[in-house]
Amino acid sequence: MRRRAGRSSATRELEVIAPSKLMIDNVSKSFQSASGTVLALDRVSLNVAEGEFVCLVGASGCGKSTLLNIIAGLEKPDSGTVFADGKPVTQPGRERLVMFQEPALFPWLDVLGNVLFGLKLKPNLTNKDRRDIAKYYLELVGLSRFEHANIHELSGGMKQRVALARALAPNPRVLLMDEPFAALDALTREQLYGDIQQIWESRRKTIVFVTHNVREAACLGDRVLVFSPHPGRIQEEFLVKLPRPRDINSVDLAAHATRIRKSLKSFSQPEATVAE
Amino acid sequence: MKRFVLAAGFFVILLFLWELAFRLKIWSPVLLPAPEQVASYLKSSAADGTLVSATLITMRRLLIGYFVGLIGGLPLGLLTARWNLFRDTIGTMALGLQTLPSVCWVPLALLWFGQTETAMLFVVVMGTLWSVIIATETGVRNVPPIYRRAALTMGSKRLHIWLKVILPAALPFIVSGMKQGWAFAWRSLMAAEIFVTILTGFGLGQLLHYGRELSAMDQVIAIMLVIVVIGLLADKIVFSPIEKFLHRRWGTSQA
Repeated sequence: MRRRAGRSSATRELEVIAPSKLMIDNVSKSFQSASGTVLALDRVSLNVAEGEFVCLVGASGCGKSTLLNIIAGLEKPDSGTVFADGKPVTQPGRERLVMFQEPALFPWLDVLGNVLFGLKLKPNLTNKDRRDIAKYYLELVGLSRFEHANIHELSGGMKQRVALARALAPNPRVLLMDEPFAALDALTREQLYGDIQQIWESRRKTIVFVTHNVREAACLGDRVLVFSPHPGRIQEEFLVKLPRPRDINSVDLAAHATRIRKSLKSFSQPEATVAE
Repeated sequence: MKRFVLAAGFFVILLFLWELAFRLKIWSPVLLPAPEQVASYLKSSAADGTLVSATLITMRRLLIGYFVGLIGGLPLGLLTARWNLFRDTIGTMALGLQTLPSVCWVPLALLWFGQTETAMLFVVVMGTLWSVIIATETGVRNVPPIYRRAALTMGSKRLHIWLKVILPAALPFIVSGMKQGWAFAWRSLMAAEIFVTILTGFGLGQLLHYGRELSAMDQVIAIMLVIVVIGLLADKIVFSPIEKFLHRRWGTSQA
């Protein structure tokens, strides 16, 4: 991030491709739990424009992660459909890559091997292309020096950067992020807010970002959707029209965050907690 | 270096105590020969070729049996981890038979196959197979589901997931299962060789057996030493490097 990420042997693969548009149409999903059936998502509809950065906020267990998994194709909705560029999503695929809360990196591969994993599944590339692309993204996240490091040698923040590079490398049209920074310390997180905004602008992705952190949502999203739990529904929608890159500590941002938090609290149960 | 000197010192002291016990005539020399006698047996049997040929015959049996056990055990372990049908049938059987000491297979093998190489091989395979199945299954079941999900979103499917995600993720378990399988194979082969006297070749176990018949204690102890050294070498040359690599990669190392 801190170095300029440019490379002369840029293959066609590295050219920015058009981000997707998503349409979530009337999606419902319920789970069986010990206390009976839980309606995780109740007829949720949502449109995400091409290249838009949408944040979903809500307390734990409000169904926002379930929605993300359904968009990814990792789970199937009970009813309703997700469309990506007009085509229904039926299975996971590399057009919509997911970044999880845990880095989910493969410990049997080194850093470069992890970034190459998705690329190796992409046809029509030579192995040299793949290596160049992987190195490009490692440079983009500022980890060029660590390409042969083992995963366990990295700090939490570095692991998430590798996970980000791995998710970006196959050049997906949608990036789905499920509380990717929740387990990191505040300083590392602030750095990554800057990085992710910069990458979003330079690589042009549609991003759906799930979080329970209101400030984070206001800092990153063009639009912030507030989820209410039991049943999971989209309660309210906020547009955040602040200039980028945004600083998480700015006063304007705090004002937005306050409005969003108020909305969240209006329907939260007393025990439900929402992080600052 | 310091560790090496200490370890070497330990074995020198052990040897010295042995020599001392022999010189003090605590036990009859028939029961406890001098280190020197054992060494001279090793020398002469190495010179006339008995030791080398016995070692080769034993290693051949061991390796064939072990690899048959591995080649059968790995896929069966994967199957038991993947489908409950296999888990309830083959998995349960493996769990049960794994508790059976492998020497218990010898009478059955003798009755089924007679004094043949097949009997020997059968015992070794039975010693290896079940523990490899169990280890593979445990390994696969312990793979965090998030790896699979991450791989799925990157476009990995079925066979690719199994080969490139599940199998490598389960590798630490599989390797410790292979190591255990090796130890079991080694034990069962020795049991088989001591009990099964066949004419297709004298292994180390048979030398041990005839050492007892002839009351040649130097032979008995020498062969036991050879067996110990082979076990140690297998560990140091084959398994230790693999385990070291896994520890380094996974970050589970102690030293």
